[in-house]
Amino acid sequence: MTLKNPEYDFKWCPGCGDFGVRRGIEGALVQHVTEKEQPINNTVVVAGIGCSGNMVHMLEKEQPFGIHGIHGRSLPLAFGIKMANPELNVLTVAGDGDFLGIGMEHIGPQAQRNLNITAVVMDNGVYGLTKGQSSPTSELGAITTSTPYGKIEGKLNPLRTYLSFGVSFIASIMSSKVKDLSALVYDAMNHPGFAIVHVQSPCTEYNNTYEALKGNPSKGIAPLAYDIPEGHDPTDILAAQELLNSDGIPLGLIYKDDTRETFDERSHRTIGVKEMKSIDALVDGFSI
Amino acid sequence: MKKQDFVVRFAGEGGQGVVTSAEGLAQAMAQSGYYVQTFSTFPSQIRGGPTWTQTRISTSTVLSSGDDLDVLVAFNEEAYNTHKDDVGEDGVIVYNSGDFSVENSEKALGMDFAELAKQTGNNRAANFVVMGALAELVDLPIDILEEFNRAKYTRGRPSDQQIIDSNNMALGLGSVEAKTSGFNLGELADAIKPEGDQILVNGNQAISLGSVAAGLEVFIGYPISPATPILLWMEANLVGEGKFVYQSSSEIESITSLVGAGYAGRKAMTSTAGPGFSLMGEGIGLAWMAEIPCVVVNVQRGGPSTGLPTKTEQSDLLTALYPGHGDLKIPVIAPGTVEECFYAGLMAVNWAERYQGPVVLLSEMALSERNQNIPKPDLSKDLGETRQIYQGNNGYLRYDGFELSPMPIPGQSGSYVANGSEHDAMGDTTHLPSRHIQMTERRFSKLNLLNDGSFEEENSSSNIAVVPWGGSKGPALDAYNQLISEGMDLGWYYTMYIHPMPEEMLNALRKKDLVIVPELNYMGQYASVLRSEGINAVAITQYTGLPFKVRHLVSEIKNLVSNQIKVGV
Repeated sequence: MTLKNPEYDFKWCPGCGDFGVRRGIEGALVQHVTEKEQPINNTVVVAGIGCSGNMVHMLEKEQPFGIHGIHGRSLPLAFGIKMANPELNVLTVAGDGDFLGIGMEHIGPQAQRNLNITAVVMDNGVYGLTKGQSSPTSELGAITTSTPYGKIEGKLNPLRTYLSFGVSFIASIMSSKVKDLSALVYDAMNHPGFAIVHVQSPCTEYNNTYEALKGNPSKGIAPLAYDIPEGHDPTDILAAQELLNSDGIPLGLIYKDDTRETFDERSHRTIGVKEMKSIDALVDGFSI
Repeated sequence: MKKQDFVVRFAGEGGQGVVTSAEGLAQAMAQSGYYVQTFSTFPSQIRGGPTWTQTRISTSTVLSSGDDLDVLVAFNEEAYNTHKDDVGEDGVIVYNSGDFSVENSEKALGMDFAELAKQTGNNRAANFVVMGALAELVDLPIDILEEFNRAKYTRGRPSDQQIIDSNNMALGLGSVEAKTSGFNLGELADAIKPEGDQILVNGNQAISLGSVAAGLEVFIGYPISPATPILLWMEANLVGEGKFVYQSSSEIESITSLVGAGYAGRKAMTSTAGPGFSLMGEGIGLAWMAEIPCVVVNVQRGGPSTGLPTKTEQSDLLTALYPGHGDLKIPVIAPGTVEECFYAGLMAVNWAERYQGPVVLLSEMALSERNQNIPKPDLSKDLGETRQIYQGNNGYLRYDGFELSPMPIPGQSGSYVANGSEHDAMGDTTHLPSRHIQMTERRFSKLNLLNDGSFEEENSSSNIAVVPWGGSKGPALDAYNQLISEGMDLGWYYTMYIHPMPEEMLNALRKKDLVIVPELNYMGQYASVLRSEGINAVAITQYTGLPFKVRHLVSEIKNLVSNQIKVGV
């Protein structure tokens, strides 16, 4: 939780993408506190398990509330927290294995609810903390510690997955682009509904994709990641589909629908406005 | 000598009105001041399938559903064949002669349910035809049922009087059939109306009411037999500002979102059964580790795995105590009667708040659907407890020390990280041996706060005691009372607070030569828990999906007492 906690013994490797994500999230939270006039105590960071989950302990600056949950379950934890107190600003942090492997089953329901939270996914195509096993976003054929003869299942496309599930705010970015990351996370937190910021956050130890993502002209490597063209209309779902069906990894705001009711709004107007009977009345209902 | 109770079993195909008839009879008799209890069993399908419900009516509190039947009401031939041997020697079988015929039976009274109902002009009056016959069989004044009829169908609708009249006619027709047959069970004694107000509820409803009396705010659950009615009740009734009820997408989502809600300051509960409970193991462990209040109701059914979804069993005790891996032992409250279900719902929520952790409420299928009249709980005082909330400055060491400490709530001061990993006082992950020692001992020390459980004790001087748990309490108490009246030297101990168990009760049991534990499972789970506490416990096991018969327990207890088996600790 703080810089000077001598008992906390975790470190990201030098060059880890998560360092950039950290600065991005910290920036977004500072902006949130200032511009929304919300105390930092109103923010809850919900972490999954993995190198990226440790984000909740690594944040410097003013400390929000946090909960370091179990593997794959940052979204249901966030669901319970948000509905216990819809005024809270809830932000989940998880890796690709946690969010898209074991945690995949939770994405659809939050999208259908349009739960008003923000999920930051740190995608490095590997299970880093357990030392280099393949993940849903590892390449087909990838040699990893758990696929010594090459990965024999395909690579999941997370952005297309989010769009099919009906997520109402989808952004994609790279960990090195801290300012853009910060802005997207801030926008995501302000978005009325379920927002996902999917970050390419390379693992220097087990799957160093910096060069592949950014390109290297001297070696003749074209960059995989590219900025989404100015003209893209994020409210146009067909345009978003087309963008995601082309090659490469688009960076920026892919899709946004802020016309939908949020889950807490719908819950409030359907159930929150009802009058609950007193316990006496409820018990009396069974009187003989 | 007048009968003090009688037992009626309604059996037939799902959808024929079996359960409605039984519950209607229970309601009618409860209104007249009798004590009632029902036992239901259903097939695991939506339409059809064999189903039966047993109603026991008595002039005093009903403890068990009845070993033998005074009356079997058979709606179809399969029911007749399946259940006829359960009818006592002096009993009567009322069967639907419109559906099938019975040869060579000295105790069978045939009535054409549908035809008689038709005569009243209301095809759905068949239940009242049967009730009229039953009343005649026990010399029960028909006006008691006429009064029930009038009260039930005075709803301010235009068709009310017509229905009341046709039902009254049905009562008369059934009564005549029974009178003509010449069968009689003996006169049922007059009701001794219970003192004080009464409510007629089932176990699931009682748990729901108890948890709301404690101030429950959040309920997130998933459909599963036999716990689904709790979710449905909550959806309908736990509404309004500050409440949240939802059907989640899985039991994993249920428990995890519960932990989130508890972390964010709410009193939160879920209900499930065996298979769902297994899925919640990891989540319950997180609540224990991060010190977050929440309640999990497990309505036990036949196991293991998918098991017998609509049958009763008591085989989840060990998993309730140890649902997750590692050093943890979850507080468990296991009500044994419908009345205890209310107080279990109340205490489970209160315990969770008090010790800041998860609590398991173990009910069972037989209790969940059991309708019983119980004294109306005293709600004149606020019965709920709330956790100690931190209200100081930021920079608070949430997990400092070896004992419970106040809990910060998100949105207020004292931000910290709740953590499933072992952690230091701030909640950051650590592997230091000294921290694992401190935190482990701290988590277990909080159990000492839950030492207010009560227990029953009778004949404490006896060297042998009967100690049941959960729903086996009723049949065990009936057996114990019978053995005492026959002059046996036997003691009785009972608590619904399985863990932590009242220390005084444990100490008393440690001194016994033999402790007899009737329980509906194969492994003798409660007996093994008692043995681990240094008690010489032996189980009477049964794993049929059905409750104990009193006569079986009487004979088994007699065997054990005469053999006095000593089991090493």
